Parts: sequence; structure tokens; C-alpha cells
Amino acid sequence: MAEVILHGIAKTFGDAAAVDDLSLTIKDGEFVVLLGPTGAGKTTTLRLIAGLERPDKGRVTIAGADVGRQSPAERDIAFVFQQYSLYPHLSVYDNLAFPLRSPARRLSSDEVDHRVREVARMVRIDHKLENRSTRLSGGEMQRVAIGRALVRRPAIYLMDEPLSSLDAKLRAELRLELKRIQKDLNSTLLYVTHDQVEAMTMADRIGILSEGRLIQVGTPREIYADPANLHVAARLGQPHINLLPVDLLPGASAPTGARTVGARTEHLEIATAGAANAEVDWIEHLGDQNHLHIRVEGHKIVTLADPYLSVKPGDRVSLTLKQPLYFGTDGERLR
Amino acid sequence: MSSVNAAHSVVEPTPTSKRIAGAIVILYALVTMIPLAWIFLTSIKSPPDSISYPPKIVFSPTLEGYCNLFTTRTRQTPDYIQSLPPPTGTCDEITRSRNMVIAGPSNYWPRFGNSLVIAFGSTFLAVLLGTFAAYGFSRFRVPLADDLLFFILSTRMMPPIAVAIPIYLMYRQFGLSDTALGMILLYTAVNVSLAVWLLKGFIDEIPREYEEAAMIDGYTRLQAFWKVVLPQATTGIAATAIFCLIFAWNEYAFAVLLTSGSAQTAPSFIPTIIGEGGQDWPAVAAGTTIFLMPILVFTIILRKQLLRGITFGAVRK
Repeated sequence: MAEVILHGIAKTFGDAAAVDDLSLTIKDGEFVVLLGPTGAGKTTTLRLIAGLERPDKGRVTIAGADVGRQSPAERDIAFVFQQYSLYPHLSVYDNLAFPLRSPARRLSSDEVDHRVREVARMVRIDHKLENRSTRLSGGEMQRVAIGRALVRRPAIYLMDEPLSSLDAKLRAELRLELKRIQKDLNSTLLYVTHDQVEAMTMADRIGILSEGRLIQVGTPREIYADPANLHVAARLGQPHINLLPVDLLPGASAPTGARTVGARTEHLEIATAGAANAEVDWIEHLGDQNHLHIRVEGHKIVTLADPYLSVKPGDRVSLTLKQPLYFGTDGERLR
Repeated sequence: MSSVNAAHSVVEPTPTSKRIAGAIVILYALVTMIPLAWIFLTSIKSPPDSISYPPKIVFSPTLEGYCNLFTTRTRQTPDYIQSLPPPTGTCDEITRSRNMVIAGPSNYWPRFGNSLVIAFGSTFLAVLLGTFAAYGFSRFRVPLADDLLFFILSTRMMPPIAVAIPIYLMYRQFGLSDTALGMILLYTAVNVSLAVWLLKGFIDEIPREYEEAAMIDGYTRLQAFWKVVLPQATTGIAATAIFCLIFAWNEYAFAVLLTSGSAQTAPSFIPTIIGEGGQDWPAVAAGTTIFLMPILVFTIILRKQLLRGITFGAVRK
């Protein structure tokens, strides 16, 4: 395990800047998640670290050494791809053993066997070692893919949306397992996703990427509660943050220059008594909670509500802001 | 999918339509096999039976065609044949009954051997070159890649025999006329464009991620190619190999033009088999029957890959 540092790396494909002046330090033993939509440069960043692409500008150092001239094999990294993660012509066992049998390593077959079985237990696939990899379910395949990275102890694990092709239940399970394994091994891990739940639950620190730029880096708590700008605020929170004009609702104490108010559930107070300024449009029942769709002078607001709050569509309610987030005309946060 | 659903579905053919389809396939197969059956039957007819009109369906089979194919014979007087010791084998007996004796082996097996060497040699070379070229075109940014691919394809845009005369002159100049090497190079050149195009399609379908994963796992590109790409391209390689082999095995025009002696291939040798008073049709048919066998065996061995290979692109994995 080692510290990995990106010094202002940039990569352009044709006219499009995939990664633009990105600097980031991933500390030894840290789990960093890059969060961003499709096309934000997440995968390119991983590929630049792995050496599958060469940066146009900037440097990558792993454990203090500049790896710019090294081939992917020499960089001591492990990569989990989003799909096509297993070699279809090999068994599960051979897939797991593949990195250990590489000419760069040449471990004895006893050593390979020991490591493969240990990792297979860790990712809970030891009962299917002899299966052909194409005979596995999606969840099993991704477990093997993660296992294939774990058989080595590289400087850093790079994971490119490894859970995105799985169904919700499996994703939740593997999320927990992955975090547990990372903690047990104290490994350095850079994980890329567009799923805010994965980022929030697993990361020690989250980096928000947009159009190739790293906008904000911080702990999940910091990113959620203290977003640097509108873009970051919009990436996190379920339901989506409500963006409203400053003078729409009472309770705001906007700093000068503020143009937009960002209000999540915790920034909104709903009362059925008092002077009503909003109307309930629609209620989505999720079981443990309700999504309340509220209309205020043509603006739509979505917020979470206690399922026992006795309102129904058409009811008039009073809505007050409670220390919301303020953003200036350029979208930057005003504090 | 191995499970068969009992319930009738819209996309599943009904038993009746399956039976009709089966009947059509069988009928078609029978029609296409008539020439092959004809060749085989002719090979076990006697020379008079082979040219009788209307053709004989019922006849007494004989190995005379095969005997004539494998031997050269000389005519002798009945008295001389009487004075010989008893015949040593079936062919000896058949030959003597025609007032002839076996003079020695024919050139069939050496020519057949030439065909094997030339066809398999050129197929191996074409597939080898084709695989590497296709991989290069598929994975690397090759300058003018599209133009180069078109250029490679353009070598197939005319019948190869159209360039027969320049090739003939060139081969004479370089001493490649009537050599196995010359024929291997020629057939390789013709086949390599087919191999590049076919294999590029197959390799394009193999996701790059596999090689990238292998390269990250500590393998060089060549090792990744060997360990990861090749095993997944076997279907395509097998299909390509069969197409190349069939061309090289059956090629007639260049073989007649460029080979006459030591490098002569079976297709140009078989028509030269002459009996007394014209073509020895049973011997020609016997030579053809044996000539068909290697392709048959090769195709049967690779038929699983071939089936998947020919339908590639239609079904993903």
C-alpha cells in the first residue's frame, strides 16, 4: 500500500478535455471515491493512473516515484473494470490465479493456490472455484473480479463502477463487503461511481468531478453539509436539493449577492397550522417515509415527510426555511 | 438455453413448421450430395460401366479405379501373363485380367502430399499473418487504417487468375515456378486479405478490457494477446482457417499454370490420369474421392467453431 498523488494531470481526446488539471492525493490506506455523472472524466482518471492512457500534462506518483514512463504492469496497481471483468475462457480459480501467474511475479503454485483460496473465502466464492466464469451470476462475477484485484497487494486498487451492473440488493450487500475488506486489509482504494449512496457509505473522502475538473474534495459529511457550489449540492441528497429564488419562502437570511436558495428536507419546516403559502400537489408513499411534492407560486418542491403527517393532495400548508444554503449568481456557495 | 418450454410461444417454431424446415434441409442436402455420390459411385465402377448410357445405378463394384489411380501399367501378351507367378494382390489380379502388368506406383500420392504441404502451409501462414494484422488494425491507431484495409480488400476485387501472366513471368524470374514455396506464397497472398478482414471482425468483438486487465496484472501486450485474445478468437481463427484451406486445396488454375512436376498439386494431376483410349474415369473419380477427404475431416473436426464462426455478429456470445 502506498500514497498516490496526481499532480495537475490533463488528458484530451480530440477536442474534448476528459480530465482537466486534476490534482488529488490519496493517502495510504484511504478509500477515496470520485463521484460524477457520465462523461465527467472518472474512468479516464483511473486509466491515467493505471497507465492505460498517457496524460497530456501533469504527473502521477505512486509511493513517491514518478510512474510516467512505466507500463501498466510495472505500476503495481490492480484494476476492477465496470464490465467484461472476467476472462470467459478460464475457470473462477484460473481467473483469480491469473495475476499471480504473470511473468512479472512467477509465484510457486503452492503460493498461488494458498492466495487464491484465501481470497476466494474473503469474497465468498470458494464454493465455485472450479466453475467456468461465464456460469456465474452477475453478483458472483463481480465478487470474482474484486477478488482478482485482491489476490495481489498492490500500491492502490482502482475500481471503475464495479457494482453498477448489479441489482439494488446485491449492490447494497457488496458495498458493505467491499468496505469491510478494505478496512481489514487497510488498503488504498480509488473508487469511481455515479451513485451517491456508494460514495456516501464507503468513502473516507469524496471527490466531486464535473467536466474533467475536481470541484470539491472532502469527507462525505463535509461534501453533503457544506457543498462548495450548486453542482456539488445537486450531486448529493435524496430527494434532490430544491433550488429556489431567494425571496420565495420566509425564514431566509440571505447574504448580499445571493441569488439561489438550496433547500433539502432538513432545511424546510412544514406546518399545517398558520398562514399557508404552499399547496400539496402529490404524495409518494415509500413506506417508511413519504415524498411530498409541494407547489409554491409555480415552483415545485420535493421533500421528505413523516408518513404520519396528516396531509393529502390539495391541502394548504405553511413552509418555512431553516438555515438553508445560499448560492451567488455564478453558482458558488455564499456563507 | 437448454431448457425447453412446453408452452407454445410466439417466437418458438411449432412442431409442424420445424418438421417442414427439417424436410427442406434434408431435401437440399440430398440434392447437393448427388454429385459427391456420383463421384464415389463412379470410382467403384469398371471403365465400361462408368461411361455407359443411360448411367448404371446397379453394377458390380470393383476396385479397378483405385488400382489404376495408384499404379502405372504396361500391356503384355496373354502368353507372357500366363507365364508369370500367381498374382500377389487384388490390384495385380484386376490388372492381369485386362492383359496388363503393374509397372510401378503412380504419381498420385506424391501429388497429394504436395497438396497437403501447400494448402496447410499457406493456410497456416495466411491465418498467422491475418491474425497479427487484424489485431493491429483492431487495437492500434494505424495511420491510414481505412485506406490500408481497403487496399488489402482490393486484391480480391478481380479474379486472381487475371494476374496469371505477370505472376508466371515473375515466378520464372525468381525460380519459384513449380516449387512448393512458390505455391505457398501465392495462396497465402490470395488468402491473407480474406483472413485480415474476417479476423478483424472477430477481434473487434473481443473487448479491449480483457487485454488491459491482463497488462495491469503483469503481462506484456504480446503475452496478453497470447493468453487472453487468442483463446477467445479461436472460433474466428477456425472459421478463417477453413475458408483459406478450402481455397488453397481446391485451387486449379494457378496450379495448372505454375506447377507441372515436383510441386504439382492433386487438382492439376487428377485430370491428367489417362487410360487406354481416353480418360480413365473410375481412376479420376477415385482420385477425387480421396482428394475430398482431408477437407471433410478438417471441417468435421472444426464444425462447432465453424458454425459459430459463420454466424458471428448475428448472436453475441
